[in-house]
Parts: sequence; structure tokens; C-alpha cells
Amino acid sequence: MFATGIAEEDRKGSYVDRSISRPCNFEISQQSPVTHTQYPYVTGTSVLGIKYKDGVLLAADMAGSYGSTVRYKSIHRLKAVGSHAVLGASGEISDFQQVTQYLDELVLNDYMWEDGNKLGPQEIHSYLNRLMYNKRNKFDPFWNSLVLGGVENGQKYLGVVNMIGVHYKDNHVATGFGNHLARPMFRNEWREDLTLEEGVKLLEKCLLVLFYRDRSSINKFQIAKITEEGVVISEPFALKPNWDFKAFHNPTLGADGSW
Amino acid sequence: MAKADVKLPQMQSGFDFGLCRRNDMLVKQGGKPAKFLKTGTTIVGLVYKDGVILGADTRATEGEIVADKNCEKIHYIAPNIYCCGAGTAADTEAVTDMVSSQLELHRYATGRESRVVTALTILKSHLFSYKGYVSAALVLGGVDITGPHLHAVYPHGSTDTLPFATMGSGSLAAMSIFESGYKEDLTREEGMELVSAAICAGIFNDLGSGSNVDLCVITKGGKEYLRNYKKPNPRTYIREKGYSFAKGHTQVLSTTIVPLKDKVTIIEGEAMEE
Amino acid sequence: MAMAMGCLLPPEPSQAAYREHQSTWSPYENNGGTCVAIAGLDYCVIAADTRMSVGFSILTREHSKIFQLSEKCILASSGFQADIRTLQKHLDARHKIYQHEHNKQMSCPAMAQLLSNTLYYKRFFPYYAFNVVGGLDNEGKGCVYTYDAVGSYERVGYSSQGSGMQLIMPVLDNQLKSASPLLLPAKESATSLTESEAIDLIKDTFASAAERDIYTGDSMELLVVNASGIRREYMELKKD
Repeated sequence: MFATGIAEEDRKGSYVDRSISRPCNFEISQQSPVTHTQYPYVTGTSVLGIKYKDGVLLAADMAGSYGSTVRYKSIHRLKAVGSHAVLGASGEISDFQQVTQYLDELVLNDYMWEDGNKLGPQEIHSYLNRLMYNKRNKFDPFWNSLVLGGVENGQKYLGVVNMIGVHYKDNHVATGFGNHLARPMFRNEWREDLTLEEGVKLLEKCLLVLFYRDRSSINKFQIAKITEEGVVISEPFALKPNWDFKAFHNPTLGADGSW
Repeated sequence: MAKADVKLPQMQSGFDFGLCRRNDMLVKQGGKPAKFLKTGTTIVGLVYKDGVILGADTRATEGEIVADKNCEKIHYIAPNIYCCGAGTAADTEAVTDMVSSQLELHRYATGRESRVVTALTILKSHLFSYKGYVSAALVLGGVDITGPHLHAVYPHGSTDTLPFATMGSGSLAAMSIFESGYKEDLTREEGMELVSAAICAGIFNDLGSGSNVDLCVITKGGKEYLRNYKKPNPRTYIREKGYSFAKGHTQVLSTTIVPLKDKVTIIEGEAMEE
Repeated sequence: MAMAMGCLLPPEPSQAAYREHQSTWSPYENNGGTCVAIAGLDYCVIAADTRMSVGFSILTREHSKIFQLSEKCILASSGFQADIRTLQKHLDARHKIYQHEHNKQMSCPAMAQLLSNTLYYKRFFPYYAFNVVGGLDNEGKGCVYTYDAVGSYERVGYSSQGSGMQLIMPVLDNQLKSASPLLLPAKESATSLTESEAIDLIKDTFASAAERDIYTGDSMELLVVNASGIRREYMELKKD
């Protein structure tokens, strides 16, 4: 008893111990520098998602950027959650992998009840909302925008959560650069009754535009399909870009006489 | 103190940036930096088979408020050259006016049609010398003796020569349409359709852009300025009752009547020119 | 062209511009939107647009800002969506507890007080939410409560909150001008407009706000609370 009393006293002056026991406290942040992840290291760019006739499609490239360097080129940014949902992530890759571990644990614990119930996409999305919002409340956010696509009882589900907990559902979604480049195309061309072929074609068209215009995207993609039958995540594939406009052949020719 | 000690600034043309230095100093001392108006816009241009097509939305914003629902963003440079402007409205207007006047004088002096590259060079050297403080982002297009030309001009004075170009806050939305729909040697109809689709993408996806579509088609023979080519945003609800304000809503505190006729003599004169 | 020297030369871009190259984050975001509520003698109308945006981008065109707190109490909120959703869930949970404890639904004035307390509870890390509560009070009269982000609130005859508030509020003041709250004894705060007149006015103010406020648009969701229950309507707004 006496010994613990001393330990208590000791701990009061110890920064290390307090930072572990109470990681986010105004008192502490005044005394010492914040050691949380305040900026991302390895990041992934846009994720796209659309509903189509029979389910949901998600798409992303496989780059992991270290600042403006494309450091990794085989990062899997689409991951199955349970049997009928896929999570796609842009932003900090390590945070995403942490989130997928949480989700695996959640799905496993849910499975072990053996009650015939399982987490649907709506529940997973809600869990992610609360997870992200909770981390932002601790001033230690998961640096991601997450897209969740899923199917449950014939109902298609497509939602987004960002790093501070803002979340919404829509027929088509996109994160990061995709919000600026792909959403306009989705809003023009998306229909409720898109076939699988049409859906994939639309996504490929958007991925190609992103490849042209987003410097941190690469020509190596994956598309995930979620239907009543389950989840299929495609093998990595490349698209055929076109750089062959006449004006690109000799760019100085267009402003002959200037500099 | 001897008079020679006082250094008078040389009298020269151009802006005075003295206050910019003062502002920088204030910021360093912990003051708040001055806020600038961020004007959203979608402007685009493309080269098609017989010339160049320019396009623009018509929304002008002041922060989150729409200041003008139907403004003109395609500026005249020369009879065969037009220029879309994004950025600070005053800068785009002043800079295009400056170039158009210089070109007009140049035409009087030489008796020849202006070239797009001349406009481009005047613009970029002006913008470069002001280090980006003249915030004009432009899409310059025209057809001259050497054929059709399209250029993007950035506020710091760098320029691009492109088959299609977009600028402004809606540039990404518009670019997605161009990148997925542009082909070489489009017809006039196809070109107009694509430019209008690109502007619409800006109008509907970018909050800084809105209202109507303006087009300007420039060919070897001449140009066609299609003001409000499309009006895709009518008001959605009109109150049938309207608003009527009965007389007496504002309290009258006092009344004085001054008959003007006693004080003024009206002289018939000639109307002023323009 | 000989350019100006000395004072006439633009200064070099300040170092600060380069220093802040790292990405940083804010715990808040403004997702825009406008809410309006009008109380009548035997009804209350609550409306909000359905655009959810950030910066110059639209995130979705169909996001409801209206939340039903009880059978006679509606909450409309604009601001930071994550905080708003949390606030809604919190109030909903508190209302469930209340029902278990009292075997009845919370009254609208009670719910209004609860919201105020909930907001003030986070005084130093506020919910970035701008709320309007509308419904029927214990006598069946229309009531509207309007709030700031940290829980200051007031019962009024009509109110507007959010990005279009500066445009809408003067119109409501002009058209509805309820009695001054300074008058004693207190005058009736509910408007004398009929239900359909109030709806007509709200529709017009939203159409006007969508013309001039870039964060208001897409469509408008409108709820009418009266003795016969709750009715829901939608109206298209401009999508640019």
C-alpha cells in the first residue's frame, strides 16, 4: 500500500506515464508537444463507388504515395468486410490497415455469437462513423476518407466517412480528387439500372481521367463488386491512355514567336 | 538634416506595393493577413476543326453570396481574339482591356490583323512582372493568319498551348468532361456541345460557378458571340401573391416641399455623344 | 517594358507561404445549409434544404437536415454534419431514457431546454451546429426555438439558421413581424398567417436563398406539425 502511494506521487511528475494513461488532455498538451499523427505519411488517392443494377462497385488505384513520391505500387486499398461489404480507403494507409483490423475483430466477435445475425453495411458504416468521430474528438484522427459499399437483403448500400466523422450516403460517391473529377461524370451518366458492363465502363472512364489529372494516381487499378452472391475484388489491371493529340507533338509550335 | 539625405522615390508608372510590405510586417507581428475575394468561375476553351470555341459560366461571387447572376466573363481582345477571365474580376477586366487597347493601336500602326501570340506575349509579360499579384487566370483563344490558337494563362505569367483548356474553381469539373469527351477535328456542333457540357459540369458541380452558359465561336471568317447560349437554372418557385407594401409602412417624421421649377431653368441642348 | 523599382516592385512571396506546406487538419468543417421554422396558432412549419457541401464542392444533393425528436417536436440543424448527427443521436437516446422513466414523450419546451443544456455541456469544445426546434407546445400552439452553437436559446414566432439566414431573416421580419418581446404583458409570438400562407412564404424564401447563397440549393424538405400529425413535403431548388 505504501509503495503504491509513492508510485502515485512519482507518476504525477512523469510525462510518459500520463500521456499513456490520458492521451488527450488539455493539461498535458499545454506542457508537452503533441505526439499524435498530425499529418499523414503514406497516402492513397481517390476511391470511387457506384450503385448499379445488381449491387455496388468500388474502384481505386494501387499507389501508396510518400508525399509526392509514388513510393508503393501494390497497395490494396479495397478490402472485404464480412461477406457482403467492401471498404475502400484514401488517405493514410497505416490508419486504414488499423481500421481494417478493428473491423475484422468486430466481424469475428459478431460471428462468434452464432445467433444467425450479422453486421450489414449500414451497421458497419455506423461503426465507422463513430470510430472516426471519436478519434477526431481525441485530436488524433484516422487520416482517411472511407467508402463503404455493401448489399443486404437486396438493398444496396453506399456511404462515405471522412477523417472528422462527416458521413453521407448516395448513389455514387468519390473521395479526394475523385470528388472534383469523377462526381461530375457520375452526375451526368449514372442511372439506377446500370448493368455490370456499363458500371465498369463508367468507372474505368473516371479512373482514366483521374490518371490523367491526379499526379498521385497510377495506371494500376482494382475494382470490387458486391452483389447478393458476395464480394469479388478484381486482379490489378491497367487502362489504355491516349497522349497522342497533335498539339502535344511539338508544344512550342503553338506559340511560335513567344516564349 | 540636409535635404540631400532624403531619398525621394522615383516617379514611375505601375502599382505601389509599399502597403504590401507593411501588411507583411503586420502579419509577422501577429496581425491578421488581409482577406481577398475568391471569385469562383468555370471558363473553358477548345480547338475544333475550323477554329476555337470559348465558354464561360455567368456567376460572380463575393464569398458565399452571388453578386451577379448573369455577368460576362468572355472579354473582347480583338475582332478575331477573345479571352475568358477567372480570378479577381477587376484584374481580368483591366488586363484584357489593356491588351485590347494595345492591339488596337498596333493594328492602326500596321494595318494588319492582330495575332493571338501577340496578345499572349503582352499578357504573360505584364502578369510576370507583377509576380502573381494581378490575379488573372485566363483562357485566350483566337484565329489569325497562322490558324486557330488556344492558350491558358496563369496569374504568375506562365502559359500553356493546348487543344483544350479549363480555368477557375470549376476547372476540374469541366476538365473531366474534356478529358473523357475531346477528340481531334470536332465539328462546330460537336465542339459547341462539348464546351457547353463542360461549362454545365462547372455550373452544377462547383459552387463558385452557376447560372447560364456563354459561348464564343471564332472561325477564320469571323466570330459568333452566343450570350446566354443555355439557361439551365430558372427560379424554382414564384410566389403568386407577390409582395405589396402598403403606403405608410415607413413613418413620416416631417415634410418639406421645395418646388424645383423656381430654382432651375431648363435649357434645351444637344444630347451627349454616347 | 521597364518595370518599377524599389517600393513599386511587388514584394517576394512571404516565407509563411512556403512554411505551411505540410497538410494539417481542423476538427470542424462547414457543411452549409439553411433551416427555417414558423410557428402559427395551431401549427408549426419547419423546413431545410438538402444540399450538403464542403468548400466549393457538393458532397450530396439529398441529405436531410431535419430530425424528428418526438411526435410533436422537430429539429432542423445546419453546420458541421458530424456534430449534428452526434447531437441528434444524443437527444434521441436521452428521449428514449425519458420515455422509459416517465412513460410519455417529452414536451417540445422540455426538449428545447434539453437541447440547450446539451449544447452548453460542450461549451469549450462546442458542437458546431446551428439549430431551430419547431413543434407544438403543451397547449397545442405552434412553437419555435432558436439557438446559437453553445446553447443560448429563445422561444420565438419564427426563425432561420444557417448559411442563408442573413438573406431569409429580414424577409421573415418584414412579413411576419411578431410583437416586440419587450412589450408587457407579453404578446402572442406565433404568427397570424394561415398554414398554407406560411408554407407559401417559406417556399419563396428558400427559392430566393438558393438564388443568392451558394450553400443553399438542390431541394427543400418541409415538415408541417399540427393537431392531425406530421406532414412532409419536398420542393425542387436550383442545383447550380
